[in-house]
Amino acid sequence: MLHQLSWKVGGQQGEGIESTGEIFSMAMNRLGYHLYGYRHFSSRIKGGHTNNKITVRPTEVRSIADDLDILVAFDQETIEVNYKELTEKSIILADTKFKPVEPEDSKAPLFIVPFTEIATELGTSLMKNMVAIGATAALLNLKTSVFQSVVDEIFGRKGEEVVKKNMEAIQQGYNMMCELLGDRVGEWELAPADGKRRMFMIGNDAIALGAIAAGSRFMSAYPITPASEIMEYLIKKLPKLRGAVIQTEDEIAAATMAIGANFGGVRAFTASAGPGLSLMMEAIGLSGMTEQPLVIVDTQRGGPSTGLPTKQEQSDLMAMFYGTHGEIPKVVIAPSTLEEAFYDTIQAFNIAEELQLPVIIMTDLQLSLGKQTTDPFDYSKIQIRRGKMVEEELEPVENKDYFKRYLNTEDGVSTRVFPGTANGIHHVTGVEHDETGKPSESAGNREVQMDKRFRKLESLNFETPVYLNAPHDDADVLLVGFNSTRGALEEVQERLNNEGLKVNHAHVRLLFPFPSEEMATQLERAKKVIVVENNKTSQLANIMKMNIGGHNKTSSITKYDGTPFLPRELENKVKELLD
Amino acid sequence: MATFKDFRNSVKPNWCPGCGDFSVQAAIQRAAANVGIEPHELAVVAGIGCSGRIAGYINSYGFHGIHGRALPIAQGLKMANRDLNVIASGGDGDGFAIGMAHTVHAIRRNIDVTYVVMDNQIYGLTKGQTSPRSAQGFVTKSTPGGAIEPSLKPLEVALSAGATFVAQGFSTDIKELTALIEAGIQHKGFSFINVFSPCVTYNKVNTYEWFKEHLTKLADIEGYDPQNRELAMQTVMQKEGLVTGIIYQDLETKSYQEKIPGFAEQPLADLDMNLSENQFNELVKEFM
Repeated sequence: MLHQLSWKVGGQQGEGIESTGEIFSMAMNRLGYHLYGYRHFSSRIKGGHTNNKITVRPTEVRSIADDLDILVAFDQETIEVNYKELTEKSIILADTKFKPVEPEDSKAPLFIVPFTEIATELGTSLMKNMVAIGATAALLNLKTSVFQSVVDEIFGRKGEEVVKKNMEAIQQGYNMMCELLGDRVGEWELAPADGKRRMFMIGNDAIALGAIAAGSRFMSAYPITPASEIMEYLIKKLPKLRGAVIQTEDEIAAATMAIGANFGGVRAFTASAGPGLSLMMEAIGLSGMTEQPLVIVDTQRGGPSTGLPTKQEQSDLMAMFYGTHGEIPKVVIAPSTLEEAFYDTIQAFNIAEELQLPVIIMTDLQLSLGKQTTDPFDYSKIQIRRGKMVEEELEPVENKDYFKRYLNTEDGVSTRVFPGTANGIHHVTGVEHDETGKPSESAGNREVQMDKRFRKLESLNFETPVYLNAPHDDADVLLVGFNSTRGALEEVQERLNNEGLKVNHAHVRLLFPFPSEEMATQLERAKKVIVVENNKTSQLANIMKMNIGGHNKTSSITKYDGTPFLPRELENKVKELLD
Repeated sequence: MATFKDFRNSVKPNWCPGCGDFSVQAAIQRAAANVGIEPHELAVVAGIGCSGRIAGYINSYGFHGIHGRALPIAQGLKMANRDLNVIASGGDGDGFAIGMAHTVHAIRRNIDVTYVVMDNQIYGLTKGQTSPRSAQGFVTKSTPGGAIEPSLKPLEVALSAGATFVAQGFSTDIKELTALIEAGIQHKGFSFINVFSPCVTYNKVNTYEWFKEHLTKLADIEGYDPQNRELAMQTVMQKEGLVTGIIYQDLETKSYQEKIPGFAEQPLADLDMNLSENQFNELVKEFM
C-alpha cells in the first residue's frame, strides 16, 4: 500500500488533459486525500505538450513528488518528455491510437490501452479521458462509483444521458485495465484517507477569495498569465456583491484606476505579472507619494521581457523592492501556501489602508496556478481594519482652507477623508506637497513630508513575517526560501534531519521591509546558510546580505530553467554544499 | 446654493499672464455652480503639464496625478462613488500623446466623467516642443525643420471611438464654454470637451486672433443637428475641426455604470464591506 501516489496525464494542449486531471483530483479530494498539482503548459491555445502532475497523499503535501508512479499518455511526446521520472515500480498507460513506443531505457512497463477506441464506441472520442480515469481506478483499486458525484457535477447540466455515458466510459476503462493487469490490479492502492473534505484550489483562487473577504468591491486589471484567474474569479463574484471589475486598456490604467477608486473610498486592487508590473511602476510611486492605498498582486513568471510566460520563476524580487523612481515606503509580502495567500491578501488590504501606501502581494507561478488542497478558511479570522478615517461630520472650514490630509503626525499616518464629504476638501498631488496637499518645494517641508511617509513603516503590523521551523540552536544549516519553494524545503529539511543533520528552515513572508531582526537571529543559530530561489542572480541571498550580513556563511542554490525545485534535486544540492 | 465664487480658492495659478487656461478654470467654476452642486460634491482630476495644475486651483476635491493618467484615475474615482461629479482635465500632450489610449478607451467605456482638454497645440511646461496637435510644418524646439507628422484630429477620433458627447470650445468665449461644460456634466455618460486654450508664450501661430479668424460656431450653421452623428463627422471634416459648440450628443445610450448588471445604486464606497458568515461559507464550499 502506497503512502504517496504521483500521477501524471499528458497530451496535446486543447485535448482535455486539464479536465482529466481535474476530474481525477476532485474525486481524490472527496475521498479526503491531500493533493498538490502542477501543470506544465505552453503559451498557445491549442497544440504543444501539456501535462498535469498530481501528488496524492493521505497526509499533508506541499510539494511536487520526485518520481512518477503512473503516467497516462495521449501522445508519444508525453512518454518521451516524462519517462525519466518513472521508476521500476511505475507504469505507463498509453492510448492505442498513437501506436506508442516504449523508450529503450524506460524503467516502467508500457501498457497499451484502447482509450480512444472504447470512447468512440460509446459515442464520442472526447470521452477517452474518462476511459483513462477508469483505467487509473483499476490501478488504485478504487470503485468507479467514487467518480459519480464529480461526473454528476461536471456533466449534470448536459443531461442524464451524458452523465450515464461518461460513467460507462469510466467503467469500461476500469474493466479493460483489469483484464490487462491481471494480478497487478490494485498494486498502486493508496493508504486510506480521512474522508474529510478540503478546499481544492489554485493560489490565485485563494487571493481572489481573500480580496472579496477583505471587502474589495472593485478591481481593474489587464489579462496576463499567470494572474488572469484572479480577475476572472472577481468577474464572476463581484456583480453578486454589487461591485464591478473593469478590464482596462493596459496595466497603467489598471493601477491608476485602482488608485482613483481607493481615493474614492472603496478597496480596489489589481493583479498582474512581470511585464504588467513594469508598466505599473510609475503608478506605484504615485500611490506612495499621494498616500493612497493600493494593493497589487504580482504573480511572478519567467522573465525578462516576455521571457517564459508559462513557467516558474522568482525573479521580480529586486524589481518589487526597488521598482519606481525616487523613494517611497511600501510593503512587499510573499505568501507560500494557499492559507497564507488567503489571509495575507486580507492583511495586504488592511495594511494598505492603515499605512496608506502600496502593498505588493508577490506570488510565483507555482503557487498561483498549482492546484492544492487546504483546510477550509476560517470566517472568524477575517478582520477588516481601515486605519485613520474621518468618521464624524467635519466642522466648517474658514477661508476655504484645505483639510490637512497630510498632517505631520507622530506615527506619520494622517486621517483620510473621501471626496464627497462636506468640509473635507483637499488636494492630492504627486508633486511634493505640504500638510494640506498644496505643492511645496521648500527644503524644510520636503524633509518633514519624506520623514512622515517613511515613519509609517514603523507601525507596520504584519503577522508572522518569517515562517520558522528552526528547532536547532546550533544548526548545521539554515535553509531559506520564499513563495512556493516552501514544500520542497520542508521535505528536504525533514529528510536531512532524519539523517542526523541539524537543519533549520526559515521562509521569508515579509520581504519589504525586510525582517532583519528575525532573520539575523536565525543566521546566528546556524553554521551555514543556504538560500534557495528560482532565479539566476540570487536576489534573496543578496537582500539578506545587504540587510543582515553573513557573507562568509551564505551560499545559494538557484534554478532558472522554468521548472520548480523537486525535493530530491534540492536535497542533493544541499548535501553538495555541506560537504 | 453655491455660486461660482464658492468654487474659487486662494491658490494663485502659476500660468503665464494671458494663458487660455484661466478662462477654462473660470468656465468650470461657473458650470459647476450653474448645475447646482456644492464644492465638496465635485472632484477635479488632472494630468501633468501647465493645465494639470488646474486641480489645485478650484475649490473642490482635487487629484493631480501622473502624466497622461488623469482619465483612469477619474474613472476609478467615479466607480467608487457614482454620486460624485468627476471632471478630468489636462492638456493635449496629456490626452492625445502619452494618454491617448486612455482617452479612446474612456470614450468607448462611457463612464459618467466630463473630460476637458486644454488644447494649445504645444508642450508649454517643458518649454516649447511639438504636440500631437501641432500643425504639419509647425516649428518648435523639437521640430526645428517643422513638424513632419500631421496633426491629430481629436474630434474625429472621438466620434469614431463611439463617443456619446463631443463638444469643442474656445477659451475666450467663456459663455459658450460654460454652457458646454454644463451640458457635459449633465450628460449621462462620458463627455469629451476639447477647448482651444492658446499658449501665449510658445505658440505664436495658433493665437487668439488666429482662432477668432478660423473658428465657426455650430450654432451659426443652419440645420446643424448634434444628434446626427454622420452630419457631425461630415461637418468636422469639412471645417477641419475648427468649430465650437456641441458637435454630437447621444441621448439614448446608457452610461457604463447603468449597464453593469447588479451594480450598486449607491456609491460602492458606502457598501457594507463585510461578507456574512453564510455568504463566506457558500464561497468556500464552491472549492470543496
